[in-house]
Amino acid sequence: MNISSIKRRTLLGAGLAGASMLAMPAVLRAQDKSLKVGVYGGYFKDSFDKNIFPEFTKATGIAVESIAEPTGEAWLVQLEQAARAGQAPADVSMMSQVAMLKGQATELWTPIDMAKIKNASNLLDRFVNKYPDGRVAGVGAVSWYITLVTNTNVYKEAPTSWTALWDPANADKLGLLALVSNSFLLEVTAKTHMGGTNALDTEEGILKAFEKLAEVKPNVRLWYRDEAQFEQALKSGEIPMGQYYHDVTGLAAADGHPVRSTFPKEGGIQDSGCWALSRASEKSEEAHIFIDYMCQPAIQATLSRKVGTSPTVKRESTDLTDKEFAAVSSDIEPIVPRYDLYQTKSDWLNQKWTELIVG
Amino acid sequence: MRREPPQTLGDYSPLLFPAAMLTIFFVVPFGTMIAVSFFQREQGGFYTPAFVFDNYQRFLSAFFGGVLGFSLMMAIAVAVCCVVLALPFTYLLTRMARRVQIVWLVALLSILSLSEVIIGFAWSTLFSRTAGITNILVALGLMGEAKALTPSFAAVLTGMVYQAFPYTVLVLFPALVRLDPTLTEAARTLGASPLKAFFTVVVPALRNTIVATLIMVFIFALGSYLLPQLLGRPQHWTLSVLITDQAIYQSNMPFAAAMAVFLVLVTLGLVALTVIAGRKGETA
Repeated sequence: MNISSIKRRTLLGAGLAGASMLAMPAVLRAQDKSLKVGVYGGYFKDSFDKNIFPEFTKATGIAVESIAEPTGEAWLVQLEQAARAGQAPADVSMMSQVAMLKGQATELWTPIDMAKIKNASNLLDRFVNKYPDGRVAGVGAVSWYITLVTNTNVYKEAPTSWTALWDPANADKLGLLALVSNSFLLEVTAKTHMGGTNALDTEEGILKAFEKLAEVKPNVRLWYRDEAQFEQALKSGEIPMGQYYHDVTGLAAADGHPVRSTFPKEGGIQDSGCWALSRASEKSEEAHIFIDYMCQPAIQATLSRKVGTSPTVKRESTDLTDKEFAAVSSDIEPIVPRYDLYQTKSDWLNQKWTELIVG
Repeated sequence: MRREPPQTLGDYSPLLFPAAMLTIFFVVPFGTMIAVSFFQREQGGFYTPAFVFDNYQRFLSAFFGGVLGFSLMMAIAVAVCCVVLALPFTYLLTRMARRVQIVWLVALLSILSLSEVIIGFAWSTLFSRTAGITNILVALGLMGEAKALTPSFAAVLTGMVYQAFPYTVLVLFPALVRLDPTLTEAARTLGASPLKAFFTVVVPALRNTIVATLIMVFIFALGSYLLPQLLGRPQHWTLSVLITDQAIYQSNMPFAAAMAVFLVLVTLGLVALTVIAGRKGETA
């Protein structure tokens, strides 16, 4: 018995030594754990680099290499092409809804294991994207609004309704997004003039919305793909009205530029970004830690304060004051884009849209 | 030194490197593009390898025909403007002192270092209502009120001519430098005015160079996709803009590839026509 106990101790000792030896490289590896995270380039990325990523690295020991990504769908094409070649230009990316859904169609996103996302209970259900079979494709990162923006020098009074886009007094004064799938102007038309986005259920309804939207054309000076182009023109008053992101406009106003963002009475357009993991990525474990970290109410509150985005977690779980919450959101029911259309009818919509604005 | 045609296989060896580069960086990607143009588009997704004509079929419509027509017209306009401006400019430049020539050429070359984005934003500022050149005219009392000159066709044309002008000068320069000055001297001695000498002697002597330059600028302008977006209205968007839209924003690679293949074919056809017409003109 004595002998056997010694044996056991020795064995244990040897086992420990062996285990620690095996663990050594793991310890070394933990220090250079890293994750490539794609976020929208420019102001968004700068803000994440300054306010979010350093804290994350401090808390988890995972270094973040942030990648500036272009507008949702352009980045989707790059991720898709790269994944076909087994490459991941970024492990985790922030993807807008239309891009999320298109990526889901090709199984581009590695399913997220929700058991590893302890903070998931805070999330609002509508910000969790699921594959048809229930696997989770992406977890809500932030949500944002596209609103009616104006230059305060040119428009002393803030407009109150999206109908301002149709007002003949605004001829050649508008800047609108150039793509059907990121401007969501069909939804705006349906909500403003056709009683709601259900009007887009049928092709006749959509064609009617296109017809109504065509009346806006004489007012549009710029159909922009590049946000910087419109932002600059809005600040200078060159193009004094248009649709733009509530968060960025708020920041520009805080910097002293003569711009304002208004939630029209029909509601702002609400879109959201998900964290999604490319199937070519080998950093699944780090990615889960990152996504879990980002779901904390405290982090979501920081994002609202610093980036101006709206939280994807329940409002009660955050410590945002009424004033802070009002700055990034609104009580007016938002216009929720008809994402289903951009999947089932994307080519038809794109063709009609291009003919509308180019023709 | 006499030039001899290559005799053995070894004489061709210097060609191997450029040939390999051309194959790797041009033939292979172009072949891939042709292949993709026949692939099956999956709406809301990506594409799957197949052999279908859908993508070409979609392109064959009055709408895309109109856009293609506009793109070609725009490229021709840019080519003509560039040559009309650059020919007299380069001719006068070659008559100047060496030092003056160098200053001009360095200035022109420096334009080439500017990206299309910078050129586009610079011109859109110059043409703007709030900070543009019309403000100077107002200050001088030549205009009542500052106004925006962009977006417009003229703005796109200006931007594209500005971008292509240095290339035009650089292509014309060697030919004009080599031009025998005694030709114009003879014309002048026979009583032609400098202007007449330029048009009746210099221009015809440079016919082939001028045609080659026109073709080069035309092809260069056809590929432009940023300036039409930055300086023009949607009706001034070229086919290249729509190709970019399909490839980058709609993730519709097959359709983008089909449009690109079509554009290349039309371009090659036009260039071939120009060359054939040029040959006929020579023999006549």
